Amino acid sequence: MRENRPYTATRNACKMCTPLGAALAFHGIEGTIPLLHGSQGCSTYMRRYLISHFKEPVDIASSNFSEETAIFGGGANLKTAIQNIARQYNPEMIGIATTCLSETIGDDVDMIIESMGDIMKETALVHVSTPSYSGTHVDGFHHAVRAVVDQYNPSGVKNRKNSRARKKINLFPGMLSNEDLRHLKAIFKDINTELALLPDYSERLEGPSWMEYQSIQHGGTPIKEIQKMHRATGSIEFGTILAASVERGNGSAGSLLESRFNIPLASMGIPIGVKATDRFFSLLEKMTLKMIPKKYKEQRGRLIDAYVDGNKYVSKKRAIVYGEEDFVAAMAGFLAEIGIIPVLCASGGKSGLFIESLRSILPENIFKQVSIHQGMDFTDMEEHARTLMPDLAIGNSKGYTMTRHLDIPLVRVGFPIHDRVGGFRTLHIGYKGAQQLFDTIVNTLLQKRQDASEVGYSYM
Amino acid sequence: MKQISAKKLLLPSSSTGSISILEERKQQVYLKGNDTFEISCEKKSVAGSVSQRACVFCGSRVVLYPIADALHLIHGPIGCASYTWDIRGALSSGPELHRMSFSTDLSETDVIYGGEKKLEKALVELIETYSPKAAFVYCTCIVGIIGDDVEAVCRNVALKSGIPVLPVHSEGFKGTKKDGYKAACDALFKLIDLGYRRSSFHYPDILRDGKQKIPLSINILGEFNIGGETWIIREYYKRMGVEVVSVMTGDGRVEYVQSAHRACLNVVQCSGALTYLAKTMEAAYGIPYIRVSYFGIEDTADALYDVASFFTEAQEIMERTKHLVQEEVEELLPGLEEMKQDLTGKRAAIYVGGAFKAFSLIKALRHLGMEVVLVGSQTGNREDYELLKEMCRPGTVILDDANPLELAKYVIEKDAHIFIGGVKERPIAYKLGIGFCDHNHERKIPLAGFEGMLNFAREVHDTVTSPVWDLVPRKAGRSSSIQIPVKGEKP
Ligand code: SF4
Ligand code: SF4
Repeated sequence: MRENRPYTATRNACKMCTPLGAALAFHGIEGTIPLLHGSQGCSTYMRRYLISHFKEPVDIASSNFSEETAIFGGGANLKTAIQNIARQYNPEMIGIATTCLSETIGDDVDMIIESMGDIMKETALVHVSTPSYSGTHVDGFHHAVRAVVDQYNPSGVKNRKNSRARKKINLFPGMLSNEDLRHLKAIFKDINTELALLPDYSERLEGPSWMEYQSIQHGGTPIKEIQKMHRATGSIEFGTILAASVERGNGSAGSLLESRFNIPLASMGIPIGVKATDRFFSLLEKMTLKMIPKKYKEQRGRLIDAYVDGNKYVSKKRAIVYGEEDFVAAMAGFLAEIGIIPVLCASGGKSGLFIESLRSILPENIFKQVSIHQGMDFTDMEEHARTLMPDLAIGNSKGYTMTRHLDIPLVRVGFPIHDRVGGFRTLHIGYKGAQQLFDTIVNTLLQKRQDASEVGYSYM
Repeated sequence: MKQISAKKLLLPSSSTGSISILEERKQQVYLKGNDTFEISCEKKSVAGSVSQRACVFCGSRVVLYPIADALHLIHGPIGCASYTWDIRGALSSGPELHRMSFSTDLSETDVIYGGEKKLEKALVELIETYSPKAAFVYCTCIVGIIGDDVEAVCRNVALKSGIPVLPVHSEGFKGTKKDGYKAACDALFKLIDLGYRRSSFHYPDILRDGKQKIPLSINILGEFNIGGETWIIREYYKRMGVEVVSVMTGDGRVEYVQSAHRACLNVVQCSGALTYLAKTMEAAYGIPYIRVSYFGIEDTADALYDVASFFTEAQEIMERTKHLVQEEVEELLPGLEEMKQDLTGKRAAIYVGGAFKAFSLIKALRHLGMEVVLVGSQTGNREDYELLKEMCRPGTVILDDANPLELAKYVIEKDAHIFIGGVKERPIAYKLGIGFCDHNHERKIPLAGFEGMLNFAREVHDTVTSPVWDLVPRKAGRSSSIQIPVKGEKP
């Protein structure tokens, strides 16, 4: 029984709602302000939520529905909102995401935006439909990225294939940490290849202290880079589930560029762990025809040496892994490669592709030992975990209630991390990310053993 | 009535760049010194502004959340429940059911065909699993649109389960946070009244003889046991010889809430979150109420004295109260004095939910020798702002329903050393190199009562005297020889 959720209510959800993902993605575009079309509460809560993770100002505007708006439609409010934002922030783009409310009353946002075309000369308006009752924050994130790529790379645009710009690679990383995004940029710099990374909130949501007020923080993917995406050598998209959903006919940013402009798309899981990172680097070699610098080979060497040194502390340990489906899938792959059995892989997401993804990532003998649940909440997870005798859990801060009850340590990764500082600086990807994850996991297990020991040895 | 000119607000200071105040918002910003200006408040937020306000649901949730043995089910899509899971610091000495985040997690089909069946099924299951003493069903925006008959479902389930099941009409778009307080008060009153009718049924003579009242007793209203504050305050009343019948809702239990009608006096704290309930109870059961605050030395002492002087029939209460206040203050002062030396002359900005809290904070900060240069609230009313105007020195900026841009603008301009607010204000303060103290429902440290004042002072002192501000570019970098490239406006 892998997918049945017998309980009607969701108890301590392992997911967030769709517009949150869209708002985060919009924060990764230079000069962009997200605007939620709906009531005020949604955007205030999402701001609060993102702030508790990033510990940076996160502005998300709202069209502030009132009772009349809900009855007569939100067109007027949306227009006022757009104009007010334009005046206060002078943004290059306003990323408009709908909420459950505006979706349900059926506002035609595209039409409303169109009717504003003449007034809004300097600010682009991009709309993404994000009713939260169909999908999770991850869907909102991907949809927003696709909507932006779509808008700035319309069908008619000429595809000058022979031009210089063909040396560039588009990378759609999905919901990664700031440090992950910085690491990706560093890799491309090291192989001397131009990168269009979308979105990139690593600067905007982790900037230095300010000299003066910044209405829109510096950083983000420049819009002119997005406009050139249809002229790239190729695109890379992280996420096995995303890829599988593309195969099922759902569009993504990468697939859109592929079908519209013939930009080849390479999809792969998030590169967490040695094997996944190997795959990433060999993909890069193939696409750029460049050698991977020694630096990364050295990182890989040290990492494997560390795996060896620590093998006995992790082998056959049992972990609960939860969070976004793609993240869990990649993390499970990493755990399997160091000898930890991801006995429970759970997500609040419900793509219907979770099991197949894990099957493709995990070795057969491990896969057989894994209990996989989509659409799961933390209360079900806790009940289920009790029967699995886990040694630790790996996931975001939301799982803390559960791990406290289960009395097992929690290794904090992913999003959100709101009970520690620097969660947004966690590096997950690449050899270096695997190194940090490995060290943290081993040390967590060692500490657990040390704390529980009556002797308290001061050596391992 | 003269209006403050736009120029005055777009202060010419160099560091603020070009932050502008939206035309519609100008009436919600006031600069003390211009006495003819009447602040405009209690308005819906302007479309497109990034308000620090939440919604009706948020208001209801704040008030009812601490009732720890009740089931709190959020009827709507997942977000509203996800974002409010365990974010508040309201403690319980027993059950902790309130810390669970229950949602009907409406899906597309529910939105199309209605969520009543799902709601009913969810309620029945949850009540069976957790045996709560009562259940609250929060209606969120979407429920108001798809038109579920939540009342009927609640009635049904109440009949089946034998516990009170109360709908809370907290659809986000139907007003502001204040309307959420009111919706919560309605639900609380229903609960109290159920208790009242039950006891009048079982013990009719008690009511007839007017003996239903517990002598020398009070209800504490608007105290949510953040970081254990209720416990601190209860202890004071115990020492005074005053019986606390129920606290609404800090460390709350359904049973005690239901006995609330038996108290002699309602002592209401906070800028009106529960004043509406106090008024309703006065009308229904003739229980008078007083408004107090437990933040700061003066206000805490005043609160206790006000309660003591209500019970004229028991003079010893006043005696005990005087003794208590003296004892507590004596213990507190040396610690405060020490911190005051570092804090004197430092400038503070305050932005909180309710204006009543702002009053207390102004007084408390004065006690520490500090100056308040900005004060604002999300939900103050006209009287509140009048009072703030009186309390503040000329030059103080007063704001209603501010947004991050405005807050930053004035904080820089007034060169504040500390910002007192909630989680959403923290990054604004920190980015600008200003200390911060969390004074919201999410804090984990008790700031109420006399010992709370000491905690508060410590919080303020810790952050204001931190050495890190010396390294912050806005303060240090100007003279620093290392030029740190910090981009200002967006390129
Ligand atoms: S109404 Fe929808 S968009 Fe708003 S918080 Fe709830 S789930 Fe999210
Ligand atoms: S949907 Fe409505 S009730 Fe829920 S958070 Fe948004 S505004 Fe508040």
